[in-house]
Amino acid sequence: MKLSKRPFVTVAVVALLTLLLAAVAPHDITTINVSSDTDFFHIADFPVSVTIVVWTCAALNILLAAGAGSFLFLARRKVPGAITGVAFFAMALSALVYLYHGNNMTITSLLQGSLALSVPLIFGSMAGVLSERVGVVNIAIEGQLLFGAFASAMIASMTHSLWAGLFGSLVAGALVAWILAVFSIKYRVDQIIVGVVVNMLVVGLTNFLFGTLMGDNPVLFNQPPRFDKFSLPLLGQIPVIGPVLFNQTPIVYLMYLALVVVFVALFKTRWGLRVRAVGEYPKAADTVGINVYRTRYVSVVLGGALAGLGGAFFTLGQVGSFGQGITHGAGYIALAALIFGRWNPLLAACAALLFGFAQNLQYGLAIIGSPLPSEFLLMLPYVLTVIAVAGLVGKVTGPAASGKPYVKE
Amino acid sequence: MRLELKGITKRFGSLVANDSVNLVAEPGQIHCLLGENGAGKSTLMNVLYGLYQADAGEILIDGRVVKFSGPGDAMAAGIGMVHQHFMLIPVFTVAENVILGHEPTKALGFLNMDEARKRVREISDRFGFDVDPDAIVGELPVGVQQRVEIIKALIGDAQVLVFDEPTAVLTPQETDELMAIMKQLRDAGKAIVFITHKLREVKEVADKITVIRLGKVVGEAKPTSTQAELASMMVGRAVDLDVNKTPAKPADVKFSVKNLEVFNHLGQKVVDDVSFDIHAGEILVFAGVQGNGQTELTEAILGLHTRVHGSIVLDGHELIGQSVKHRLDWGLGFVPEDRTLDGLVADFSIAENLMLDRSDRKPFAKGLLLQLKYLAEFAAEKVKQFDIRTQGINQRAGALSGGNQQKVVLARELSRELRILVASQPTRGLDVGSIEFVHEQIVATRDQGLPVMIVATELDEATQLGDRIAVMYRGKIVGIVPADTERARLGQMMAGVVA
Repeated sequence: MKLSKRPFVTVAVVALLTLLLAAVAPHDITTINVSSDTDFFHIADFPVSVTIVVWTCAALNILLAAGAGSFLFLARRKVPGAITGVAFFAMALSALVYLYHGNNMTITSLLQGSLALSVPLIFGSMAGVLSERVGVVNIAIEGQLLFGAFASAMIASMTHSLWAGLFGSLVAGALVAWILAVFSIKYRVDQIIVGVVVNMLVVGLTNFLFGTLMGDNPVLFNQPPRFDKFSLPLLGQIPVIGPVLFNQTPIVYLMYLALVVVFVALFKTRWGLRVRAVGEYPKAADTVGINVYRTRYVSVVLGGALAGLGGAFFTLGQVGSFGQGITHGAGYIALAALIFGRWNPLLAACAALLFGFAQNLQYGLAIIGSPLPSEFLLMLPYVLTVIAVAGLVGKVTGPAASGKPYVKE
Repeated sequence: MRLELKGITKRFGSLVANDSVNLVAEPGQIHCLLGENGAGKSTLMNVLYGLYQADAGEILIDGRVVKFSGPGDAMAAGIGMVHQHFMLIPVFTVAENVILGHEPTKALGFLNMDEARKRVREISDRFGFDVDPDAIVGELPVGVQQRVEIIKALIGDAQVLVFDEPTAVLTPQETDELMAIMKQLRDAGKAIVFITHKLREVKEVADKITVIRLGKVVGEAKPTSTQAELASMMVGRAVDLDVNKTPAKPADVKFSVKNLEVFNHLGQKVVDDVSFDIHAGEILVFAGVQGNGQTELTEAILGLHTRVHGSIVLDGHELIGQSVKHRLDWGLGFVPEDRTLDGLVADFSIAENLMLDRSDRKPFAKGLLLQLKYLAEFAAEKVKQFDIRTQGINQRAGALSGGNQQKVVLARELSRELRILVASQPTRGLDVGSIEFVHEQIVATRDQGLPVMIVATELDEATQLGDRIAVMYRGKIVGIVPADTERARLGQMMAGVVA
């Protein structure tokens, strides 16, 4: 079998970039802060020398590149994925230490911010997984998020009930997904076009209602209560991880649950096997008596409901009200995370975290006044997406029948 | 379990695909359903399997009328189907494929994969299939994939097994193994319905033969009937199964391929160091199971591949590096494998299709304008000469039958000044009458003193049409042998055995 040179090239490029960073990094100190007040025990802030960190990382990455090369050219074996992963991590670490030189780098707040930005992406990528795994391309994640955000704000505001708002977002997301489903499954319209059209429809509709309904009577329609964060006992007190993962709003806890459920349902249950079969080869599923259309509807609509919850995170979890285009393209990044995560909900969540981290970095750096222009950092998630999809995912292909309508004879 | 189809009629618009067809499958019998492509065999089986609803007629199991609204019902009633195009999901494991649709589960719908593996092993062991339940189906050889398909049919304890053209994708060895499996299943008391158009296979396994033509049962035949008798029943007139040709009179080498390598878009080497010569006045047939590089070889000769190394010399002229247009102009006649996709523009008229390759030059064009009057005369002449059955030269090419479409392609290619004819599976999916015609044309081309290269997947066609046979396996030529080489030997070569 022919070995792919791609992982080696990726690691080599990463090593070069790390080396470049090391070359330009100043002699300075970055103070790393990992503790928060609620932890079991306190870890003192520790200063590190930028020079030492970046050069260590550069050396490590050159070693890794050499290692990857010897795997490929000497041992003629596949380059282990761990090498690529560690190389990327080392590059990220040196970049962080460099960017924060002369400042405090507070790990927990950095990660908290990343998670907050990732939550809608993770919900969105789950919607994408459920939809594409069953054979429907879901460009409409953005619309599902946006409508979920709108509906949750309005319903929670009218009922003064967060949970009613949350339920509303679920229904709203499902509704948008249902429109996508009807046109792509029943009427066999090009799924990408339907997805784009649905997104535009939702943008127009929510903008209109925001301007009229919410604008005329914001107290009634757009002043929802907001979920409070609460810390889970014990788990919340673990250093770093506790405050980041387990001091959150119920929406985030719901997300953890949904991730586990979606993963298990997709890969361990009868339902999941059938969903994947329909997404790969619908005719084969049909010939063993599986209802292709129903399976597609159910999975797409369930996915939409999850994306709706992601939308509620914007309004009920963060901002406390709806605003025009509040999702600002999260649905599209979720789509990238889904591809980056190889149509696997857990990997897609990891990708979403990575994108959230990149996005968050720009805020962090803006605060400390980093020399890097913020516009450049704004590009980071998208550049990462392109690099990741081209370099790392490579030839991994999605569900074979994704995007293809099934015509029953 | 005894299965009976009674008076099944199925129409598609004005086309009657099945016209009150009767068929009985008894336990412990192999019942062959013999008919040409398009005779309505697959339609009938799709009705039986619940994929189509019959317009009239009924299905009886052990004398009781049953109604199938979908494949699920048919399976539950004990009917298993081995599909012509495997209904297997390449990225799933064998066990996952086999249980799909009736999965063993634990609580809450969790899959019980241990049970699934056990079931696969049970059947695999009982019939000696040697299939690993955890293998990924897409990575298995075609013959083994077919066994997975059989296991899938058997898992629901099917008593009637339908094999729909099961040998199309198999090597002769795999075909023999399949025949053995079918006999074994019959002896285990299953009722087998075997759909095919290959007479040799019918003769080998059939206990009972029903011949179907144009949607109607034309009669039953005995397994002792000769192949010629079966063929004439199938076609409706006496047919000559042999290709009529005189011994070849090969002259000088006109076409020479040296160390040819072709890579596909995935970077895989699909043609691997292939070298061969074809003499003027000789037919070289490339035999082998589909997908062993024959298609890519012919495409590379035409110039459709970009990553090609080696040399292709036609009449003293190197073709590598030349454009497709240049090659055609130099006298390369090419009949592609998929005539509807690559051979014709289905929405163009017959006349337009006949001049596709020459639409830019005299006498078909003058300056920027097409010479429609000349084209009409030319097309009318070709329609007559090649006996293209059509309502007129302006009919859509896509509306023609397969045989007539192929005649259009041949007419176009053979009406140019040629130095070689390359045809990939020229008779695929054609009726017997059209096959005869295509064979005649190919032999006539040879007798004009041209070199001819044919790709054939059916061994009978290869041995009858070819003067020499080159067998390809995994992109390499296993060997080039005389056409009268023993069938068994050719079969081994097709499986990659260099004798």
